[in-house]
Formats: sequence, C-alpha cells, structure tokens
Amino acid sequence: SDTTLTIETSIPFTAHNCDAPSRAVETSPSELLTFYRDMAVMRRMEIAADSLYKSKLIRGFCHLYDGQEAVAIGMEAAINKKDCIITAYRDHCIFLGRGGNLVEVFAELMGRKDGCSKGKGGSMHFYKKDSGFYGGHGIVGAQVPLGCGLAFAQKYSKDENVTFALYGDGAANQGQLFEALNISALWDLPAILVCENNHYGMGTAEWRAAKSPAYYKRGDYVPGLKVDGMDVLAVKQACKFAKEHALKNGPLILEMDTYRYHGHSMSDPGSTYRTRDEISGVRQERDPIERIKKLLLSHEIATEKELKDTEKEVRKEVDEAIAKAKESPVPEPSDLFTNIYVKGYGVEAFGADRKEIRATLP
Amino acid sequence: MTVRDALNSALDEEMSADPKVLLLGEEVGEYQGAYKISKGLLDKYGPERVLDTPITEAGFAGIGVGAAYYGLKPVVEFMTFNFSMQAIDHIINSAAKSNYMSAGQISVPIVFRGPNGAAAGVGAQHSQCYAAWYASCPGLKVLTPYSAEDARGLLKAAIRDPDPVVFLENELLYGESFPVSAEVLDSSFCLPIGKAKIEREGKDVTITAFSKMVGFALKAAEILAKEGINAEVINLRSIRPLDRSTINASVRKTNRLVTVEEGFPQHGVGAEICASVIEESFGYLDAPVERIAGADVPTPYAANLERLAFPQVEDIVRAAKRACYRSVQVAATA
Repeated sequence: SDTTLTIETSIPFTAHNCDAPSRAVETSPSELLTFYRDMAVMRRMEIAADSLYKSKLIRGFCHLYDGQEAVAIGMEAAINKKDCIITAYRDHCIFLGRGGNLVEVFAELMGRKDGCSKGKGGSMHFYKKDSGFYGGHGIVGAQVPLGCGLAFAQKYSKDENVTFALYGDGAANQGQLFEALNISALWDLPAILVCENNHYGMGTAEWRAAKSPAYYKRGDYVPGLKVDGMDVLAVKQACKFAKEHALKNGPLILEMDTYRYHGHSMSDPGSTYRTRDEISGVRQERDPIERIKKLLLSHEIATEKELKDTEKEVRKEVDEAIAKAKESPVPEPSDLFTNIYVKGYGVEAFGADRKEIRATLP
Repeated sequence: MTVRDALNSALDEEMSADPKVLLLGEEVGEYQGAYKISKGLLDKYGPERVLDTPITEAGFAGIGVGAAYYGLKPVVEFMTFNFSMQAIDHIINSAAKSNYMSAGQISVPIVFRGPNGAAAGVGAQHSQCYAAWYASCPGLKVLTPYSAEDARGLLKAAIRDPDPVVFLENELLYGESFPVSAEVLDSSFCLPIGKAKIEREGKDVTITAFSKMVGFALKAAEILAKEGINAEVINLRSIRPLDRSTINASVRKTNRLVTVEEGFPQHGVGAEICASVIEESFGYLDAPVERIAGADVPTPYAANLERLAFPQVEDIVRAAKRACYRSVQVAATA
C-alpha cells in the first residue's frame, strides 16, 4: 500500500540569508522503491560506460557520475519537466533523470546514429529539450549564465517554472557565474544555482581553489542552502523549497555536498590527490543507494531478496541497452553537414578537400 | 535616412511584429543607447523587453543565449564589438555550436549587434574589425551593413533568422544619410542573408568591400572612372555565408580583383576571397589579386599614424591601377 512516510534528513540544512526547510521529508514506499531502482540504473550505467571506455568503444572525454546519483534523482522528485535543467559535461545521469533512455545514452557514447545527439555530441553534449534538459556543456561555468537565460525566458514567457543550473565546485569560482547571479538577482529570475560540490575540481581540492569553499554563501546577497547531496530525500526537500523560493523571490544557491567515486574523467585514476581510505569511507558511510536500501529494509518495504532481484533486473536492462546500442549504425558521412544551421540558405560547405567533398546546406 | 534611424526603425518594427524579440545590453534603455540606436524603445516596449544590463558581457551574453535556447529572440547589443571578447565563448561555444551538437534540438535565434571596426582616435583596444574572427566559425552568420538600406534589411533578416547572427555595424556610419526607396521603408522589407550587392557595375576590375569600406571603394571607383578604368564594386553584406558565386562571376567578367577591408590582413576576409577566386577562377585572372587591408599593427592613437593604419581611398585607387597594369607612383617607404 502506498502510504505517506515522513523521514528525517541525515543532517540539518545549513541556511544562508533564508530560513531552512524542515528536516521532515514526506515520501512513500513506492517513491523510495523508485529512488532505489533509478539510482541503481544510473550506477550500473556509469560502471558499464567505464568498461566500454576501457574496451575503446567510447572515445575522448567521459566523466562519470557514480556517487552523485542522489542529486539527479532528488531534484527530479521535486520538479516537473517544464522546469529546466542545464549542466556541465558530467551529464549522463541528468539526461536519464529527465526521461532519456539507456539506448540513447550508450549509442551517443559510442558515436552511433541512435544516440540522443545522433552521435554528434558525445559524452559531454546530451540534450532532451522536450523535457526541459538543455545540455550538456563543455566549458566550465558557461552553463550558469545559460541557465539564468533559460530562467529569464521562463519569467518573460510568464511560465510558472524555474531553471536548475548545475555546476561543480571547480566552476564555482568562475567570474561569469557571479555576473549571471548578479543579473538574476537584479531581475528576480527563477534561477537556482546548484553547486554539486564533490570536493575536487579535477584534482584540485576545494580549499586549494576557493578562499571560501562555503559555496552556499558565495552568493552574498543571494540566499543559499547547504544540503547533504548524498541523501536523496534532503535533495528533494531542498529542491522543492528552492523552486517555491525562486518563483517568489528570485535566485537561490543550493550547495549539494556530494562525492564522485570515479576520477574526474577516464584519464584520471582519482587517487593521486585523495586517499583510497577517503573514497571507501564515503562508500561505507554515505553512499546514496545504501542509504535508501537501509530505509527500504528498516521500514519493511522490501526484502533483501527483492532488492537483489531489482539489481539483477537493472543489470540485465543495462546489458540489453548496450547490445542494442552496439547494433545502431554510425552516422552517415552526409550527417557531417547537417544541423550546422536551421536555415542554411543553400550555401556550400566544404569538406577537408573542397574539390572532393562539398555539400549544399539545407 | 541615416544608418542610425534605419537600425532603430528595424528594431522597432521587429519588436512590434514579434513579442519574442527583446533587446538587452549596456545602456540600451534609460540612456537610450550609447550610440542612440535604441532611442525610444524603452518607452515604447517597457523594461521587460528593453533591458539595461550591468557591464558584464559574459553574463548578459550567456543569458541572451540561454533565453534563445528557450525560444525567445534576443538582440544583444555590445557597446562595441571590442567588448564582445569578454563574451566570445558564449558566441562561439554556446551559440554557434549548440544546434549541431544537439543534432538540431537546440536552435539559437539570437542577434549580437553593435559597432565594429575602427572609430576615430580611440586607440588600439577600441579599434578592431572582428569580421574575420567571427566569420571563421561555422554555425554563425556574420552580416556587415553599409547603407541605410543594408542596415534595415539585414537587421530585420538577422532578427527573423533562426540561427545566431553576428551583426557588425560601424560607428562612423551611424550618422551618414542614404537615399532609400519606398520599398525599403516598408515594414515587410528584408534582405536575403548570404547575398552580396553589386553597388556599381563595371568591366575592368572587381573591388570587394564591406561596411564603411564600401563607401571608400565607391569613391575610388569614381576616381578610376575619370582615368578610364571602369570598376565593379561589390558590397559583400554577408561575410558568412560569403557570396562566392557573385564574387567569382564578377572576377570572371573583369579578370581582376582588389579586396578591401579595415581588418588585419593576415587570415582576413580578403585572404579568404583571394583563396576562393584562386580556387574557382584561377584561369580567368589577368593580374595578381590585390589586397587592401588595415595595417598589420595595433591601432595607434596619433591622427597621422591612425590614418596610415587603415585603408584610404587612394590605396584602393592605386591597387586597382596596379591590377590593371596602369603605371602608378612608386610607393613611399616607411
């Protein structure tokens, strides 16, 4: 039966220039089961991407999200698809959270036609505009003004929705973030800046890059909230609070205290600038999936066996998606010249040898 | 009609026609525009659609691009294009590439506009032409109006276009008046993007130019005419897409080419035109291509040096004569 459960967040919120929301979060058995499953899919997907990368089926950059799943899932639980999300390059799970599917993820990672960007974007450039996901951006910090622009457009269009602009603790020091926040505050834009603080910008610890790593306070005149980003219920509560706040009062900063288990990207073993003990400590004490698992068991919503079965299903689902994605063809050579413009006016575009390859832009 | 009034009326008409069009930038509202291009628009459309921003180009250009992702049609004014360097990442990486990277999901209907190129006596950091910079980037369209007709027709085309457009005006042309036809004044008037205009027909030598240099090229053509050289002057209007076919057709007729621009010579617009003509019309050339461009130096302040740093009418005349194998005076050595 789907009753309402009230569960207390792991730790209290820490507020800056605002009153913190209650620690008591409303949820339900079915929501908790969904959280468990969805986070397990994300975890499994990222681990599978790691293997595909190592077997050279994925090229270039690949930034994995395992460890941070509660942020994507908790945020989605508080908002709808008319709210916008924009993020940086660690975007696979945000795409999945917005309703993207596994085949689109793996096909894009492998540069195939059925990828969410038809193989033209790659790991860092996933989008799902029909459910309010605006990418997938490769330049650290640039997505924050873009997100504030989405919020501007929502307000301009009188849509009662908000934008969540995600960035890491590394990007938190970018000048353009403060430029956009200032304008957002001046214009009361419904923009929520979500700092996913995983404590390392590549290999630089937060305190080595930020004079003040209290990112929720860095907006000065803009209110902020520090949230346990490993607790999906805390994230949900914070995002619900943030949406209401932003629609009424303008921007807000949410600092999600989270952790990435993988290195920054595939070229980073993630062990030169932090200790293995630190990583295993977080896994043991704060893992977002384990937290939900414990709740499911202690509230007798599911048994160990049922959760094991879910894990098996998830594994199968991921494996099947990979098999399907592998069958997807690579893009046509002619796709080189599509989507450069919406309207190309029939002008010519040239390949490397313009006497050999040229195309008329539609 | 002045170029200023042409730009102002184009903005006004497009804002009136489409509620998704808005203007943002430094001093566009209460100050009425640093160069008065947006005069009266705040009163008419209100602060929701004419937005004064702080002096933070990366911030407001990024906000403009994000608003375009959502489907609005922002016109972002840079007080001058020199300041667009603070925001060039959003023009190149956020605006120009999103439609491609998203396989057509995220289009970016935005216009970045403002004065470009050298003004008078403002020194190196405020005197630079960005046509070649932006035109080198696929995904952008780059327009360079010269006359009032260009300014009206191209700005309206830029605002209506579904892709990001860099619209390069020239401060020294804002106050210049041009005769305009009734057709140009009609609110439905619009010019095609990617099409050059033959400003003056001729048969002896082709001169390509854009923005302020079109006026110089026309003056040079008058002088050349007195000496029996009939020059064809092409106003490029659009740097990307570049109207290669009009340029090549003209060169095939005249067999001679002089390119004119204010920008730096290396990797410039003239260099690209020269390459195109060599590739497409090599067999038609009767003389080496001549390039007239800004001097390969940061812009100096002193009036005499500044004059030496940018093309003058006599430079164009001399180059055209060289292309026509007419005797010219020996060049002065610096």
